[in-house]
Amino acid sequence: MKAVSVEEAVAMIPAGASVMVGGFMGVGTPERLLDELVRQNKTGLSLICNDAAIPGKGVGKLFDAGQVAKLTATHIGLNPKAQQQMLGNQISVELVPQGTFVERIRAGGCGLGGVLTPTGVGTLVAEGKRQIEVDGKPFLLETAIRAQFALVHAFLADYLGNLTYALTARNFNPIMAMAADTVIVTAEHIVPVGVIAPDHVVTPAPLVDYLIANG
Amino acid sequence: MDPQIIIARRVAQELKSGNLVNLGIGIPTLVANYVPSDLKVFFQSENGLIGTGPIPEQGMAHPLLTDAGGRPISALPGAATFDSAMSFGLIRGGHVDVTVLGGLQVDAHGLLANWMIPGKMVPGMGGAMDLVSGAKRVIVAMQHAAKGKSKIVPKCNLPLTSARPVSLVVTDMAVIGFPDGKATLLETAPGVSVGEILAVTEAELFVPDHVPEMKL
Repeated sequence: MKAVSVEEAVAMIPAGASVMVGGFMGVGTPERLLDELVRQNKTGLSLICNDAAIPGKGVGKLFDAGQVAKLTATHIGLNPKAQQQMLGNQISVELVPQGTFVERIRAGGCGLGGVLTPTGVGTLVAEGKRQIEVDGKPFLLETAIRAQFALVHAFLADYLGNLTYALTARNFNPIMAMAADTVIVTAEHIVPVGVIAPDHVVTPAPLVDYLIANG
Repeated sequence: MDPQIIIARRVAQELKSGNLVNLGIGIPTLVANYVPSDLKVFFQSENGLIGTGPIPEQGMAHPLLTDAGGRPISALPGAATFDSAMSFGLIRGGHVDVTVLGGLQVDAHGLLANWMIPGKMVPGMGGAMDLVSGAKRVIVAMQHAAKGKSKIVPKCNLPLTSARPVSLVVTDMAVIGFPDGKATLLETAPGVSVGEILAVTEAELFVPDHVPEMKL
């Protein structure tokens, strides 16, 4: 793990990159990284995030600034700007059931090619996908998702990069921290090694590439 | 009684002590208000919480403690938090006893459509498809008709949420179940006759000899 400034971290992300962002309706989203992505105007992003949040919050800021080219998400209904951009074909959107979304990312982080899920069988979600029977029950083959970058928000990070999360801000963060080539983390608090007891570490330090230093 | 309150009160009667329950947005959220206080029900919020409590008082909200709509909530003593893979493992894995969801249409075989209206409303399915596929019991809480049009239809013309039928539909007029795969009138709302229900229901409804009235 290397501690870097938010400017240095975002400078590593090229335009057009695939970027996973933790958070659920903006809760547990690394806001400082998103503000900097907007400031450095990184465009054409392929965004992988549970939802589009709301304008002005979390990944919603990227839609405000028109920086998203492709979105993989489960729900965008609370962000009218993302909806307009989808209906106007300015962004391409893949909508994925939430349980499938998280399992595809988990698979990507765990070296699996994909997962078999009953969710979506017999619906629009099944179109173009392989259906596989196991013990007589139908499942869809849902392929793994990875990204070039994961932007993760933790509650505590220690000097080595061990992470814990808080309350409902955990959501997709620890799963995404496994599934990208480069993992960049912001934390509410940076604490000495030992403050997070081994049993309480959720994301172990070797998974973290960059920790955003206190401003 | 307000139609939404009829629905919420009747659905609340379906919950049993010890149940793990997931409530969707809208009418389903109201169900929590009518669960008797001596009933120990665990409410799950799919963004990563079991033990969801009421909306906190003014000034007591925590920015990192929200429901699946991003609104501040509280956590009851004994609450547990977890990541989204765990949350949907609970849902898909059959660990959630009851889910209560809103509906756009339910058909004569109990199939539900509740996530998109092509060309008009494409918000995304969020957790709905996993909930309908995986929860032990799926209860749809919705108005019987919208703008005079029946929401209980012979066949859904909106995209389905799951190929798995729901367990029960509770509306402001009736309780409908699907024994043997066909829509059956189980209860009438107070003051509503079987004839009135049949008149506004597009799907064919099987009517047993005796149909009791909801006890609210």
